[in-house]
Amino acid sequence: MKCLAIIFNSSEGKYCAQFAKSLGIEFDVVSFSGSVEDGFGAQKVSVVSGQDCLSDSAADFIAKNAGDYKYIFAVSSMASKDVLARAAGLCDAPMITDVVATLSPSQFKRPILAGAAIATVSVDAPLLILTFRPAGYQSIEVRNSEVIPSEVQLDSASKMTVISKAARSGARPDLSRANAVVSGGKPLKDAATFELIIGGLADKLRGAVGATRAAVDSGIAANELQVGQTGKIVAPDLYIAAGISGSTQHVAGIKDSKIIVAINKDPDAPIFDVADFGLVADLFQAVPELTSKLP
Amino acid sequence: MKILVPIKRVPDPYAKVRPLSDGSGLDLSNIKFEINPFDEIAMESAVTQKETHGNIEIISVSIGISDCETQLRKSLAMGADRGVLIETQDQLDPGQIADELKAVVESEGIDLVIMGKQATDDDNNQTGQMLAAKLKWPQATFASKITLENSHATVVRETDLGDETVKVPLPCIITADLRLAEPRYIALPGIIKAKSKPLEKRSRTSSGTSRIHVDKIESSARKSSCKKVGNVDELIVELKKVGAI
Repeated sequence: MKCLAIIFNSSEGKYCAQFAKSLGIEFDVVSFSGSVEDGFGAQKVSVVSGQDCLSDSAADFIAKNAGDYKYIFAVSSMASKDVLARAAGLCDAPMITDVVATLSPSQFKRPILAGAAIATVSVDAPLLILTFRPAGYQSIEVRNSEVIPSEVQLDSASKMTVISKAARSGARPDLSRANAVVSGGKPLKDAATFELIIGGLADKLRGAVGATRAAVDSGIAANELQVGQTGKIVAPDLYIAAGISGSTQHVAGIKDSKIIVAINKDPDAPIFDVADFGLVADLFQAVPELTSKLP
Repeated sequence: MKILVPIKRVPDPYAKVRPLSDGSGLDLSNIKFEINPFDEIAMESAVTQKETHGNIEIISVSIGISDCETQLRKSLAMGADRGVLIETQDQLDPGQIADELKAVVESEGIDLVIMGKQATDDDNNQTGQMLAAKLKWPQATFASKITLENSHATVVRETDLGDETVKVPLPCIITADLRLAEPRYIALPGIIKAKSKPLEKRSRTSSGTSRIHVDKIESSARKSSCKKVGNVDELIVELKKVGAI
């Protein structure tokens, strides 16, 4: 019995190995993100050649190769939900999204209601498809291993055409994988102030920038920076929330962070209920001061 | 052109829904039910397409207990032309919901399905993709803008890395993200008119109940004892102590 990890970003290999270990079975890898640097114990690594990973052709490929596996899984992301749910539909397999803990090979925990509750679910099926959040699996030790990937081609062409893609802005790390994330809310007023204050601290920490839904909706920050249940789920070592009240929706996206720091001038803001350290202060003074005093 | 918009009845997303003390489910007493907000966005987007292009019939469909009629009526008030209720007491998983939707798509000769990317109760984010797979139609998930032309849709999608614009041939499935549309306010005449719009009840076309069993539901408050610091210097000391910087 084996399982298959699908990789959409080259940094996901280790997480997938950790998840496979939680299931207690050997795993193969199919990568849609080009070559993988380390096998982390994978038995076989296949790298899909080509540019765009489009949902229909990618899911066709996964479904065609599903026969050998008991589980097919990937790190939770928009890309993995797009492709794996389609593959589950093709295979008529049940799927569990956003798994945060493996209780047994057939029982898992996952958040529901925008993270307000955790459901324990069990499933008994010949093939189970899952996406998981890495934060719950980070303590699992996996070994490094050399791997010689084989190149594979998708056998069906997509019916879709990509017309344009937004280029990732700047040199900052990817939000959902950064070690430090600094997020700002609507009090930041405008895009330039947001970039100066939030971006400034993020750069000092070599971290990523995040934003609340309110900040994104009011045009202060770009869509892809939105952190929360309807945006990105983050789990950095350090999360700094500046001028963020702490809605359930936002907190659902940050609560796996190791350390949460809240800077807010309202001492009653709910963000302090989930923070490890709180500073009641005006962010326009406190954040630049923190930026300048950090080593 | 026929557009299908699936409507899910969910607990009010702004209400505080808590697990029952024995963990056997959610305490839904005194909780209102609403259309899943992402489905409402999908419906608004469909109505906007109809207003722009004309010659579009919008059919809304819900799967569940007879109470789903309330949410279907609201979708009719928003601008759907008629509603279909697949009435069942069964608990279904997303794949089984997709089977039922597929049957409706085929019997109605649907050209385009616009639906929420996920429901705010179980947050699965699966049904649209599974329906697309079962129909062998292409899918444009996480849409923030739809431009319909004769034989295709141009869709701006939100991705992990930012916006992506794709051209998708019809028929296809489009799943709605937050920014696709802002649901309109429904005025009284719309509500009255909706009462006389056709709403047809049907039975399930497939059998079986959910393959995923919910064993327990517990609340997930993050435990934290927030240590308040007096100034930035103290904050830096604390962060160094825990090795965060």
